[in-house]
Amino acid sequence: MIKTLDLVPVLPELFMAVTGLVLLMLGVFRKEDNTRPISVLVILVLAAALVLVSSLGSERHLAFDGLFVADRFAGFAKALILLASAVTCAMSLPFLEREKIARFEYPVLILFATLGMMMMVSANDFISLYLGLELQSLSLYVLAAYHRDNLRATEAGLKYFVLGALASGLLLYGTSLLYGFAGTTSFDSLANLFAGGHEHPVKPNMGVIAGLVFVLAGLSFKISAVPFHMWAPDVYEGAPTPVTSFFAVAPKIAALCLFVRVVTGPFADLLEQWRQVVEFIAVASMFVGAFAAVVQTNIKRLMAYSSIGHVGFVLVGIAAGSDLGIQGVLIYLAIYLFMNVGVFAVILSMRQKGRLVEGIDDLAGLSKTNPAMAFVMAVLMFSMAGVPPLAGFWGKFYVFMAAIEAHLYTLSILGVLSSVVSAYYYLRIIKIMYFDEATDSFDRPVGHSMALVMAVSTLVILAFTFVPAPLVTSAKAAAAVLFPGAG
Amino acid sequence: MNDWPLLSLTTFLPSLGALFILTIRGESEVVARNARAVALLTSIATFIVSLFIAVKFNSASPDFQFKETATWFPGTTISYAMGVDGISMWFVLLSTFLTPICILSAFGAVKTRVKEYMVCFLVLETMMVGMFCALDLVLFYIFFEAVLIPMFIIIGVWGGPRRVYAAFKFFLYTLLGSVLMLLAMLAMYFDAHTTDIPSLMAHSFPFALQLWLWLAFFASFAVKVPMWPVHTWLPDAHVEAPTAGSVILAGVLLKMGAYGFLRFSLPMLPDASVYFTPLVYTMSIVAVIYTSLVALVQEDMKKLIAYSSVAHMGYVTLGIFSMTTQGVEGAIFQMLSHGVVSGALFLCVGVVYDRMHTREIKRYGGLATRMPVYATVFMLFTMASVGLPGTSGFVGEFLVLLGSFQVNSWVAFFAATGLVLGAAYMLVLYRGVIFGRLVHEDLKTILDLDLREVAVFVPLVLIVIWMGVAPSAFMDPMHASVAKLIDNYELARAAHDGLSVAAR
Repeated sequence: MIKTLDLVPVLPELFMAVTGLVLLMLGVFRKEDNTRPISVLVILVLAAALVLVSSLGSERHLAFDGLFVADRFAGFAKALILLASAVTCAMSLPFLEREKIARFEYPVLILFATLGMMMMVSANDFISLYLGLELQSLSLYVLAAYHRDNLRATEAGLKYFVLGALASGLLLYGTSLLYGFAGTTSFDSLANLFAGGHEHPVKPNMGVIAGLVFVLAGLSFKISAVPFHMWAPDVYEGAPTPVTSFFAVAPKIAALCLFVRVVTGPFADLLEQWRQVVEFIAVASMFVGAFAAVVQTNIKRLMAYSSIGHVGFVLVGIAAGSDLGIQGVLIYLAIYLFMNVGVFAVILSMRQKGRLVEGIDDLAGLSKTNPAMAFVMAVLMFSMAGVPPLAGFWGKFYVFMAAIEAHLYTLSILGVLSSVVSAYYYLRIIKIMYFDEATDSFDRPVGHSMALVMAVSTLVILAFTFVPAPLVTSAKAAAAVLFPGAG
Repeated sequence: MNDWPLLSLTTFLPSLGALFILTIRGESEVVARNARAVALLTSIATFIVSLFIAVKFNSASPDFQFKETATWFPGTTISYAMGVDGISMWFVLLSTFLTPICILSAFGAVKTRVKEYMVCFLVLETMMVGMFCALDLVLFYIFFEAVLIPMFIIIGVWGGPRRVYAAFKFFLYTLLGSVLMLLAMLAMYFDAHTTDIPSLMAHSFPFALQLWLWLAFFASFAVKVPMWPVHTWLPDAHVEAPTAGSVILAGVLLKMGAYGFLRFSLPMLPDASVYFTPLVYTMSIVAVIYTSLVALVQEDMKKLIAYSSVAHMGYVTLGIFSMTTQGVEGAIFQMLSHGVVSGALFLCVGVVYDRMHTREIKRYGGLATRMPVYATVFMLFTMASVGLPGTSGFVGEFLVLLGSFQVNSWVAFFAATGLVLGAAYMLVLYRGVIFGRLVHEDLKTILDLDLREVAVFVPLVLIVIWMGVAPSAFMDPMHASVAKLIDNYELARAAHDGLSVAAR
């Protein structure tokens, strides 16, 4: 059979890979500093890829002999990832130029990392999963240490690399165990084997379960779920702020979608087995995220713990293991994207007399010195705390709805209790901005791109309650493809 | 204007005003003046619109009226559904009535960030009215929770010295209760497959589930009412909140919990309500007696009134769970009366606080000579709070005692002791502030109520006397709805008893 036709589903990825290489060449061979044009080009490439992804249609396509799958779920995830990457790339540029660390590799690395993420969410085999994961991770390691003259940044990069390599090792080991006991790495074949559709069905024996646990551990590292979260606060704090804002959104979304793909694909019939693991890491993440964030004084570290907490809530939706749960996960992730991008736009604008500040106390009295920015931050913080009518509430609402439907009562109760604890530290930021007296004001103006990102994300968070239908229906359609039997 | 969506209009008109205020730019003096004017006009317009609801309301019908529905969340039954019956209509009116008074009272007291203050109050009004109109579980929850945001800001920004502590305590206490209620609502949804409140009232939940659901709802409503022993946020919040914040807090926000009992716990979970009635009685009686005693020893005027609120709300929960016509109607009446009277009392405190910047009872005394109008107004509301016949306070308390006496005479006996204690602490307060000799030097130049303050108090005075002299105007529209509530409740009880007899 001639396999030329099945390149259509990988068109966005192919396009990104080719343009990535071209842009790399362009950067190397042009003498003068050209970070700005290449950044713009990268954003355009990401936008074009978004168009390509949305033009693929809604059917399920396989490519490369079933190693790669393009379906509605992948399409939804890719749209979020491309959007997040493009926005964070645009936010980075002014910062890098001011700090004089702008180099053309930065946007190109973002492009390659994004390509890796696209491969991840489309993986239909453990081999292609690993391929995508490593392309993403290696780009991220370099990005973390991108500010190479800075001690904290290089430390962050090294730490991320060593721990990330360990996690990749765990993942590979788990995959090899699975291969040893099941004889395949393909998601479809594995699902078939565990479902008992094969003439020699595989019982969930110790070997398979050990493999499953190793795979989950490896993936938990990538989503920074407790107890594999230790790298996150250090890397978030050490890496340059634009890199942190990139880390907090796109790779999180990609890794969580990959997590969903793995547990609902090959392991769909091992629900009983993986649910215990997911429930545990969900509860641990929510509580560690909530309690550890309370004592933080650095806003980037706080955001690291906040994202750990959010991952915990997303895992609640995954633990439900139903189409409603995955719908909730996708809604949560979409809202998470806008909240985080908005918050990081504020953090990137925190400069006093040309100097970067990262302390939470530096926000003091922001409501007097810059009311618009304080309002944006307050809306986003209330949203992150999950207070209705803001969008963040609906993300939590959907995942807990799925958890209640799946009768996971203990998990739900622990989850909502942790959300009350986490509300405390989000409120603390609002308190500092609104109740405390002003110290120094931030430098003005904040720049057009930042102001735009803040305005759009706040608007989305405020408006979601009034027009929820587009996101809710598309997330429902995307989740449905993972449960072909249910619909 | 027959087909106008009156409820949505009442709900969102204040928010429109708030958006308009946000667009005001210019010198801070001008902005403050315009913001005040717009806020007052918007809230008065909202009150007038809400009067149409009362006028057009059909008292004979026990059903929800002025219904509006629109699809909201596709794939679920969650929809935008509004409607009022004879119970909720009164709370809508209470909210729209108190808000303009609050805004007017803040004209002199709030001098910083006036624009934001007015925006907060108008947004708060939207949330309160929306909550009482909501006919969908999730919609109700949205409004119920969203109230926290403006109130948190109001306490935290314009509050007293310990405002940060009070704001956090208020927010986290309430949130903790509400999140459990959210889970209960989701569990209801999966049992009944609907979030429509009238349908849920007709649905009968299994008894074991009812118990858990009831406890989860109770966690939220008991904090909100507040019932002893989860009332401790209230004195802090009241003392630190600005005057108008206290008025809304006591006047409307406390009613949200009791309204929740009437709307959810009793009609949807009747068997569990019976099961837990002794618990509610105990907590209510402790609230009435214990907090009255606590109120007796307070030195801070606002704290004293805050504790008296807890005691008065104890009557409300008592009346609701007596499940007799008199008890429930008395509880609703008591809520309306308390909303007006306690609000007015906080305003009375606000008047002298604005002049002297202290709320300590010892710092006052002998005000009757310098402020005769104020002394008269204060006296009227003190008497209403004590429950003097002819004022609104008497009707509610009397009916509640009547209702609970039919069910359990001991409960009524203990509750009645609260009346005596209530008279004691209110009279102590009044004597300390108004009577005696004017000994403090700085009080000798204190001025009586000015025109704006008189304008604030006149509607309150009129309504308190009207409610006391002609209560039937207020009771008639609620008869049908309360009768339906009690009928359905008796029916569900009979069915449950029949079932358990059959099981034997």
